[in-house]
Amino acid sequence: MTFPAENPVVDPSPTTTAERVDPQSHQTSVPQAGGGSGHVSVIRARRGWIAVDWAELWEHRELLGFLVQRDIKVRYKQTVLGVAWAVLQPVFAMLIFTLIFGRFAKIPSEDVPYAVFVYAGLLPWTFFSTSVTQAAQSLISQEALLTKIYLPRLFVPAAPVGGALVDLSISFGVFAVLMVWYQQVPGWGIVFLPLLVLMTVVAALGVGLMLAALTVSYRDFRFVVPFMMQVWMYASPVIYPVKLVPEEYRWVLALNPLGGIIDGFRAALLDRPFDLPTLGVSAASSVGVFLLGMFYFRKMERRFADIA
Amino acid sequence: MYRLGATQRRTETFQELIKSLVLAPVRKLHRMGEQIPEQEEFWALQDISFEVGQGDVIGIIGRNGAGKSTLLKVLSRIVEPTRGQVLLRGRVASLLEVGTGFHPELTGRENIYLNGSILGMKRREIESKFDEIVSFAEVEKFLDTPVKRYSSGMYVRLAFAVAAHLEPEILIVDEVLAVGDAEFQKKCLGKMREVAQGGSGRTVVFVSHNMAAVHALCKTALMLQKGRLVAIGPVGDIVQRYLAASVEGERNSIEAKRPMGAPVWFRRAEVFSAEAVGRPIRMGDELTLRIHFGADPAIRMPRFGWVLSDSLGTRLVGANNRYQADAPLERPARAGIISCRLGMVPLMPGRYQISLWIGNDAADSHILLDSLQFEVVAHDLWGQAKTPPLGSSALWWPATFEIEHDTQTAPALGG
Repeated sequence: MTFPAENPVVDPSPTTTAERVDPQSHQTSVPQAGGGSGHVSVIRARRGWIAVDWAELWEHRELLGFLVQRDIKVRYKQTVLGVAWAVLQPVFAMLIFTLIFGRFAKIPSEDVPYAVFVYAGLLPWTFFSTSVTQAAQSLISQEALLTKIYLPRLFVPAAPVGGALVDLSISFGVFAVLMVWYQQVPGWGIVFLPLLVLMTVVAALGVGLMLAALTVSYRDFRFVVPFMMQVWMYASPVIYPVKLVPEEYRWVLALNPLGGIIDGFRAALLDRPFDLPTLGVSAASSVGVFLLGMFYFRKMERRFADIA
Repeated sequence: MYRLGATQRRTETFQELIKSLVLAPVRKLHRMGEQIPEQEEFWALQDISFEVGQGDVIGIIGRNGAGKSTLLKVLSRIVEPTRGQVLLRGRVASLLEVGTGFHPELTGRENIYLNGSILGMKRREIESKFDEIVSFAEVEKFLDTPVKRYSSGMYVRLAFAVAAHLEPEILIVDEVLAVGDAEFQKKCLGKMREVAQGGSGRTVVFVSHNMAAVHALCKTALMLQKGRLVAIGPVGDIVQRYLAASVEGERNSIEAKRPMGAPVWFRRAEVFSAEAVGRPIRMGDELTLRIHFGADPAIRMPRFGWVLSDSLGTRLVGANNRYQADAPLERPARAGIISCRLGMVPLMPGRYQISLWIGNDAADSHILLDSLQFEVVAHDLWGQAKTPPLGSSALWWPATFEIEHDTQTAPALGG
């Protein structure tokens, strides 16, 4: 992070200063010690891939909290159904899938009742798809946050991801009921659950940020995203176990971050063995998607206010 | 590169220096679908360079499209400059809109925290100012109701109240003052003045179309024209220069086409003041409204009416020869001119619009609503260096005041 050491006002001529463009520099916000806020910021043009300004994000951390709170409150205040919807959506999906894929199509469910099997997959999946869909919309539906005020734009798609975590915890409650109903007991693997949730968050953020940035530039992405999620669901082992896919192609499934995540959730919750290779590849894939999403977002960020 | 003569003071830690060589092309992009690669480059701002010292209150003026909002956006970090840099010393807060981030489902209390945080306040700060904000907005009773239930006035008061309690070192404000009812507007103006002139050493950058407000609040001003900085200096000089530059817009006229089947129609209409040649229309000028009409079939007595409204749409005065006994043409005409001499209209400074109607005895056949627009500027009519304040009344009246002694009551009062 650089900013002119000397008083930049002392410039000899306009042309010299016009040329003085530092292509790799980025906005700096350097809180300094000593009297008042001593806050100095330099605003400059930026080019290419831009680093994430972690200091700035940390400084504005309270705002992220408020935005997540807002997301949650709004979801739940709107209707009584709002609370129920978080619960009902995966439950309905589970019922339908159990009927069609479990009973009629008889897809194997790894020695546990299909309902439980599919719900364990729906937990991370619903979280992922809700977060991503809402994150993608977040920028275009709140145009004023982009054009009338400055705030770290990364927070805007991140807020619905936080909100979806609340839905997830409620769904966990329903899952517990389901487990009791089917007399299933989770194994010791359950200690890894927080790690798996974290991995899902990372993947959701990555995809969400990327899609949010794309939706601002290409408005019709708004319609592409739901379709994308539908396809993605079938590409993930939500309704079928990983083992259904032939060995040679399993690595493709693992590349899908949700491949390893869903399998991991099942392993943790249903006392099944962890498929470490798949999980490993998916973890790497999640991190990769996250980094890609972050950087793509940052790169496109400077155009948001102009095209929002 | 321009530099304010007065601010050669040297750097203190708090001093805010803005130096911007700002060039920001705004490429127009398609809303839906692909970006079109070959877009004409449009430079919203070019070669802007200036410096504002701590405690200065600088106004930014210019016509619509001159680049004022873009400049504010660059200063507020909303839009990135294409070239050059901006150096800001001190915490910055921007007010380009009131109520950013307000959500209708949340309560007043929740929105205060949310909006405050969005504007840059820390939670502690919001908490400490909470009561002040609530009492400024006068919404004590409704703090826990969702904001969607608020009247529009309350909404706006709350939004402004949060914004008004920001305490940044540098404040950037776009015209957000015209909100709420007259009572509240006064409060807002007062608060703005307090912020601008209070001894807190706060630096303010203020954008407005309202020359009176700029004059009242700012010490210096800069003028933008088509994206370039054309003048910077003491507010009085710059405002004068701006007004002089906008004189061409004063002889306001429009061309019009005959609506299908209309028996009488406007071909052209204009409003002007014979006295205001080469200068803007001022308080006290005599106005004339002149229209050119067409008629088919030829007509002797076209019926013409007009209404003059202020910028808020309030219809102030009007006239219509339908109700008067003026002389018709001696023989029917297919084209003619109607001059309506209004004389001295006691308009307060501001923007006005005129709506026009024309027709025959049966009915109006061509209506042009709010088609002529002009501005009236303040003028020291009575040579006292004082004019009535804006908002005191829609019109001022050329009244005379006679003061005399009251010999009857005076002794009782000791006089």
